[in-house]
Amino acid sequence: MAVRKLAPEDMQPESFVLSTETEAFADREIAKYPPGRQASAVIALLGKAQEQAGGWLPRKAIEAVAARLDMPVIRVMEVATFYTMFNLEPVGKYFIQFCGTTPCVLRGAGDIRKVLERRVGDQNHVTADGNFSWLEVECLGACSNAPMVQINDDYYEDLTTENFEKLLDDLAAGRPVKVGSQIGRNRSEPFEAVNTLQDPALYDGSVIGAWRKRFEEQAKAAETAEPAAAMASIPQDVKAAKPTAGRPIESDAADTPAKRAKEGETPINPTDQKEAADPSTATKGRSHTEAEPRPAPQSGKSYVASPKKEGEAVPSSPTTPVAGTPPAQAESRRDGSESKPGVVVDKDNKSS
Amino acid sequence: MAKIIVDGVEVDVPAEYTLLQAAEAAGAEIPRFCYHERLSIAGNCRMCLVEVKGAPKPVASCAWGVRDCRPGPNGEPPEISTKSATVKKAREGVMEFLLINHPLDCPICDQGGQCDLQDQAMAYGVDTSRYHENKRAVTDKYLGPLVRTSMNRCIHCTRCVRFSAEVAGVPDLGALWRGEDMEITSYLERALGSELQANVADLCPVGALTHKPEAFHYRPWELTKTDSVDVMDAVGSSIRVDSRGREVMRILPRVNEAVNEEWITDKTRQIVDGLRLQRLDRPFVRENGRLRPASWQEAFATIASRVKGADQKRVGAIVGDLAAVEEMYALKLLMQSLGVTNIDARQDGSVLTPVYGRGSYLFNSTIAGIEDADAILIVGSNPRIEASLVNVRIRKRWRMAPPPIAMIGEHADLTYPYEYLGAGPETLADLAGGRHSFIEKLRAAERPLVIVGQGALSRPDGLAVLSAAAQLARDVGAVKDGWSGFSVLHTAASRVGALDLGMVPGEWGLNAQTMAQGEVDVLFNLGADEIEIAPGAFVIYQGTHGDRGAHRADVILPGATYTEKSGTYVNTEGRVQLANRAAFAPGEAREDWAILRALSDVLGHRLPFDSLNALRAKLYAHYPHFAAVDMVQRADGFAAVQALAGLGGTLGREPFVSPVKDFYLTNPIARASGVMAECSALARELKLEAAE
Repeated sequence: MAVRKLAPEDMQPESFVLSTETEAFADREIAKYPPGRQASAVIALLGKAQEQAGGWLPRKAIEAVAARLDMPVIRVMEVATFYTMFNLEPVGKYFIQFCGTTPCVLRGAGDIRKVLERRVGDQNHVTADGNFSWLEVECLGACSNAPMVQINDDYYEDLTTENFEKLLDDLAAGRPVKVGSQIGRNRSEPFEAVNTLQDPALYDGSVIGAWRKRFEEQAKAAETAEPAAAMASIPQDVKAAKPTAGRPIESDAADTPAKRAKEGETPINPTDQKEAADPSTATKGRSHTEAEPRPAPQSGKSYVASPKKEGEAVPSSPTTPVAGTPPAQAESRRDGSESKPGVVVDKDNKSS
Repeated sequence: MAKIIVDGVEVDVPAEYTLLQAAEAAGAEIPRFCYHERLSIAGNCRMCLVEVKGAPKPVASCAWGVRDCRPGPNGEPPEISTKSATVKKAREGVMEFLLINHPLDCPICDQGGQCDLQDQAMAYGVDTSRYHENKRAVTDKYLGPLVRTSMNRCIHCTRCVRFSAEVAGVPDLGALWRGEDMEITSYLERALGSELQANVADLCPVGALTHKPEAFHYRPWELTKTDSVDVMDAVGSSIRVDSRGREVMRILPRVNEAVNEEWITDKTRQIVDGLRLQRLDRPFVRENGRLRPASWQEAFATIASRVKGADQKRVGAIVGDLAAVEEMYALKLLMQSLGVTNIDARQDGSVLTPVYGRGSYLFNSTIAGIEDADAILIVGSNPRIEASLVNVRIRKRWRMAPPPIAMIGEHADLTYPYEYLGAGPETLADLAGGRHSFIEKLRAAERPLVIVGQGALSRPDGLAVLSAAAQLARDVGAVKDGWSGFSVLHTAASRVGALDLGMVPGEWGLNAQTMAQGEVDVLFNLGADEIEIAPGAFVIYQGTHGDRGAHRADVILPGATYTEKSGTYVNTEGRVQLANRAAFAPGEAREDWAILRALSDVLGHRLPFDSLNALRAKLYAHYPHFAAVDMVQRADGFAAVQALAGLGGTLGREPFVSPVKDFYLTNPIARASGVMAECSALARELKLEAAE
């Protein structure tokens, strides 16, 4: 972490008064907390004060926030110095937060840094025209569009030396700039051509959102049914939610017919049960049911291999190796090799 | 209560105990840096790691409650280990991390020999470091004239930050930046504003904060330690006086739960240089308007020549604020034998007298009892500067669960919020008359506490104010079975002892003010420096420092300060405490009782004792309660309040003003101290700044 310090005295403004807007913001923030806990709003208020002061926190602003929240100044100072998002020295009109974390570096952030060093100068240094200053920060979470920078509130992604230079030129000249990807890609879509998610069935409501149709049908059926039947389905004696929560009491496993009978609940209607099990109404795409049986789940320890349904493939071997079996001799392997057609499982490990 | 097994020993501790406390109850020692029993738990040094059976990792015992431990599978008590190999390894790891950035400057560090890190490194440290990177370098901070910083040594325990925010109530210190870059500092390196600030140097487990005035003056192992008691205010804090040879080198607090817990004020601690400077080290006699050094015989002869011819009605004695019971007793006996009734120990003009019973002038609730009060009314006092540790108790009470607190007097910053009712006696009358809503809170309280300070009593209508306060206390039920909530807060260490001895004017006797205004021909001044004595009278000053009293003296008899004599002091609660001799008085100065004994011989009224023990034997025979050292002889508060309430009187209109104008300069020792002068100047500056 770079060494941070307070701005020298000659840069500090003479005074700082919270603007009406900041005051109103402060009132709203403070109202979020119980009375007497107004200090909880300190981060929000410091952020707003930074915005008001032009991207950095002068000493007087810290004191103003302390006075507004009735806190000792040193307590506010602790917060302002702890979080790197609070700039304690003046920043340029365009404050560039340059991402220098691994994915961006792999995608050429080094060149972007060179541009910054050449055009803006050192970190935490404002250009003579007051337009730019920059700071290397940790990952900003736009790795798929690396390399990227954040300028004031916006992300600028997919940077190259050329388009970044142009971006800086445009900003300096006050021309409008494009926020987001600089190479025309839509958000974080694939870089070149769109090769996935092209099945039209994904978008016609038959796969994604199929549940909605089913729910609508059920709701219609419920509306037409007898109101009395609807009343009967409401439990008469309301039980507390999770009465056994946190207590080590033996309880019946699952919602079995026997248990329901014991608790005096209505047995499940066989028709409902059948309907629920009907594969045609399941949340499943047509294209999938028509496809060839899928290969076995990649991992031997499958999380999807529970109820056997028609038309679905299940692993033919036990999914969990017998305890004590050496991994190499296990029926299934956990390296995913069994799902790769070209790989033959060498159980005796001889070939290596 | 909860059972827990510590290293195989089953102990039964309160469930809210932490593992660290439980381990201590079981006799296991847990190393720690950040944990302090009087501060909130931070849990950031990790030195107190222990192993909890069932927990996957070692846990910080200071921050883990006994009630948070799981019982064993069959309901056995939880089990912790403080000595296992895992624990040792974990602590060694923590120590290694702490030492990565800690400089190896023990030989030039003032904390050397009294350093927690040094001690614990002996147990958990290794002799070499596996790190070859540069150590962290931190600029030293300015924190005022009392605390010296050496911030490379800081291990970020934040004890100092917690002390100033929690106990002192002046949140000046903070931890700026983060992680390795964290630095302890005050806002813009301003001097600390608390009157208890030097305690942070005591709390510092390393040498990052040390005492500035004593820097590089001594090594702790060179010092002779003497348990004693403080006389800077009427609280009577327990202190330890460390001396080397003839010289007192430092004063440290001693733990005394009933009085000062383990804090002392800066004045108590740092008047050490005042004990050396401006001392009267030989007798002086005024000749032709100038004081000249003289021998004891000359001085005594001069006194004798003036006293023997004097009219006993025109002879008087005033006693100052630092006198011990022994010399006051000797003076009283001497004055009695001379037939003098003009005797007064209340140089500030206080109206308290023993006539209405001991309960009428004691802090009856006791200082520890403040924690039981559930409504507090302060009348005519600023406890923060008059008795800082009483203020700390009130603040402690306020932090437990804020009780209603109100103040009549100066509108000062007491470090906790209070309801300001008014400035003078009218407000007190209004309150007593039920014309103030606070009276309801006092009435509703089970154990209301009324604190009356000297600001309300050192004035012409003081007795009427005292009576009004007593009436109020009686009416709200502050004095009843099991609770005595009528408390008088004193400012002078000698005062309660003097009142116990009856050092007030006898029949037709003159009080201190009248005597000082020239109503006597011969005035014996036993260390009273806060009173202006009019020209005219022949003044014999027996004291320690060249202060106001010595300047007005015609004969000076050099005495001993509280560190140079064995003396009894009674604090504001009536607690009898002994100050022991840590060093000898300079030059020809002598213990005060011995001077009076020698003088009595010259005056022809030899006092009936030849040794301190004989004096004490006689004193204890007269006043048995002085024999009960460290005890409070409870007074009959109810009778006293009844007697006082019956007095009545006309209340004046002047607002109450605290008798302490400058916290740092209240007595001759403090006024002689350069450190106190610096503190006083700084405090004035801060006050001006705050006023802007």
